[in-house]
Amino acid sequence: MKELRLMKGNEAIAEAAIRCGCDAYFGYPITPQSEILEYLMVEKPHERTGMVVLQAESEVASINMVYAGAGCGRKVMTSSSSPGVSLMQEGLSYCAGAELPCLLVNVVRGGPGLGTIQPSQADYFQSTKGGGHGDYRLIVLAPSSVQEMCDFVGLGFDLAFKYRNPALILTDGAIGQMMEKVMLPASVNRWTEEEIKQQTPWATTGKPADRPANVITSLELDSAKQEKVNQKLQAKYAEMEKNEVRFERIQCDDAEYLFVAFGTSARICQKSIDLARAKGIKVGLLRPITLFPFPKDEIEKLAGQVKGMLSVEMNAGQMVEDIRLNAKGKCPVEHYGRFGGIMPSPDEVLKVLEQKFIGG
Amino acid sequence: MAETIFDPNIIKDQNLVYKRTDHMKEKALSYCPGCGHGTAHRILMEVIEEMGIQEKTIGVSPVGCSVLAYDFMNVDMQGAAHGRAPALATAIKRLMPDKFVFTYQGDGDLAAIGTAETIHACNRGEHITIIFINNGIYGMTGGQMAPTTLPGMRSSTSPYGRDEATMGHPLRMTELVATLPGTCFVTRQAVHTPGNVRKAKRALRTAFELQTRKIGVSFVEIVSNCNSGWKMTPVKANTWMEENMFPYYPLGDIKVPEKID
Ligand SMILES: Cc1ncc(C[n+]2csc(CCOP(=O)(O)OP(=O)(O)O)c2C)c(N)n1
Ligand code: SF4
Repeated sequence: MKELRLMKGNEAIAEAAIRCGCDAYFGYPITPQSEILEYLMVEKPHERTGMVVLQAESEVASINMVYAGAGCGRKVMTSSSSPGVSLMQEGLSYCAGAELPCLLVNVVRGGPGLGTIQPSQADYFQSTKGGGHGDYRLIVLAPSSVQEMCDFVGLGFDLAFKYRNPALILTDGAIGQMMEKVMLPASVNRWTEEEIKQQTPWATTGKPADRPANVITSLELDSAKQEKVNQKLQAKYAEMEKNEVRFERIQCDDAEYLFVAFGTSARICQKSIDLARAKGIKVGLLRPITLFPFPKDEIEKLAGQVKGMLSVEMNAGQMVEDIRLNAKGKCPVEHYGRFGGIMPSPDEVLKVLEQKFIGG
Repeated sequence: MAETIFDPNIIKDQNLVYKRTDHMKEKALSYCPGCGHGTAHRILMEVIEEMGIQEKTIGVSPVGCSVLAYDFMNVDMQGAAHGRAPALATAIKRLMPDKFVFTYQGDGDLAAIGTAETIHACNRGEHITIIFINNGIYGMTGGQMAPTTLPGMRSSTSPYGRDEATMGHPLRMTELVATLPGTCFVTRQAVHTPGNVRKAKRALRTAFELQTRKIGVSFVEIVSNCNSGWKMTPVKANTWMEENMFPYYPLGDIKVPEKID
């Protein structure tokens, strides 16, 4: 049954996982996302749905457990924060190479190194450009509310299975920790043994006499074949770019200036819009929801409409590169960022917009 | 012209004393002639055939010379990243507790890069079988020093012999995991003589049977040769193994579970 609750973003992810028929969660504690594992341990999903929850010895082990669970055709996930996600990159590359559908959550904190436990968006490059070795992409979803934290768990699994590709929820410590109202979805059953065999005939479920052995691997030593593997992956990413772009337009129709921001930054920009419009400045916001695939066409379209775009990010300027690339010189594109765990304030963002484009 | 010493008429079912298991795929092994990997593969698949558990078995192959084990073993398999096989096996077994799950790993894979995964899968007492091929060297990458390389033993990265003072001591992973309550059966075997092959096969059978008792990891080390990496003929490698490896890595059971009648 659907249910309205007041929850932290991290808890919403955990509860959504149980409700969407997730088969297993493997994780290792790290701030600011440990509530996900803690919530699951308290909830005993094994008793509710049969879902497996395991605290692994490291993020390296977690992602490799995810690889194996996905290889068995199960809906499996892990979560971590930046340093832990760095450790997972080899495993993620293997998941992408072996075309395994799985879900990863990165509740980003400030880096580099051990950095800070405060929120950040500094893992944009790592998330959207591959992250590990080799040419691959993750499906990247960027929630900006606790509701979306919840909704994107099911969506992430759906897209992961549709494309046989890892999906990533890229969020940050602010959304992970804050409490909001959330409408939890009704529970759906985990796939049965038969459904798994139907949905994922490639999975290692045990070789019956009437089919060849299934093998999960990313290895292809023959370069001619390896090139074909890569071409197939690229074709899949092109399909995602065609079908899965998601974004939200906020007050864009009459906008003369545009903020482009995702997640926490997008929430801040919404407030900046109110402040701007009260002063008579027509500003809108384009909020990319999928960071890969990136809303390239929408950026280009809006670049032809507005006098300037400001990319507001909690990093030193990462998404701005994608915006510039796709604005194709049709309008100036600037960046404003705070980093190291600092979030910009709405009036600060507005002031930057005025300085950069209006003169003030 | 050479005389025919072979009478093709003797190839009849009633004369058959030994048959290749069809649980090995119809594919030529990629191992060097004389390498222990091939024999270890065969007896492992024979055990699975004799137990009738092909449909219930999921294997995990490592990174190392046996990276292509799934090309030879006719069961559903997953190829792990270097060292991570026990993490994979953990997840597979947790999600499918009724399956037989094994990892097959070299000493670099299991005792160097994958030490943490090995120790923790053993410590959690996962109901899996870990098969550990210890040849004292990195075979696949061309004969570099492994954690198991013997003192004084030459390899491409210990060209003057392993110096324990600066390169550490050979790691006895098998004794180490035997100390963990999460392991139920820990044994060290070899496959270089018919007698040892029979014993190793029996150990593998025990290891797989124990999975149904759900009392923890069954761990089978097979001390093996790497004649290419050791730069010896296969025969010389086996003698060298007996004389040098076995004293440091003595064969036999280290931990056996209580019998149940
Ligand atoms: C992360 C990573 N590091 C290093 C390698 C290179 N590598 C491949 S196999 C191997 C060692 C294999 O030795 P071992 O496990 O002893 O198996 P053997 O080849 O002797 O059977 C190494 C270092 C790799 N594939 N991945
Ligand atoms: S290199 Fe060594 S371990 Fe690898 S196949 Fe040859 S003999 Fe066997």
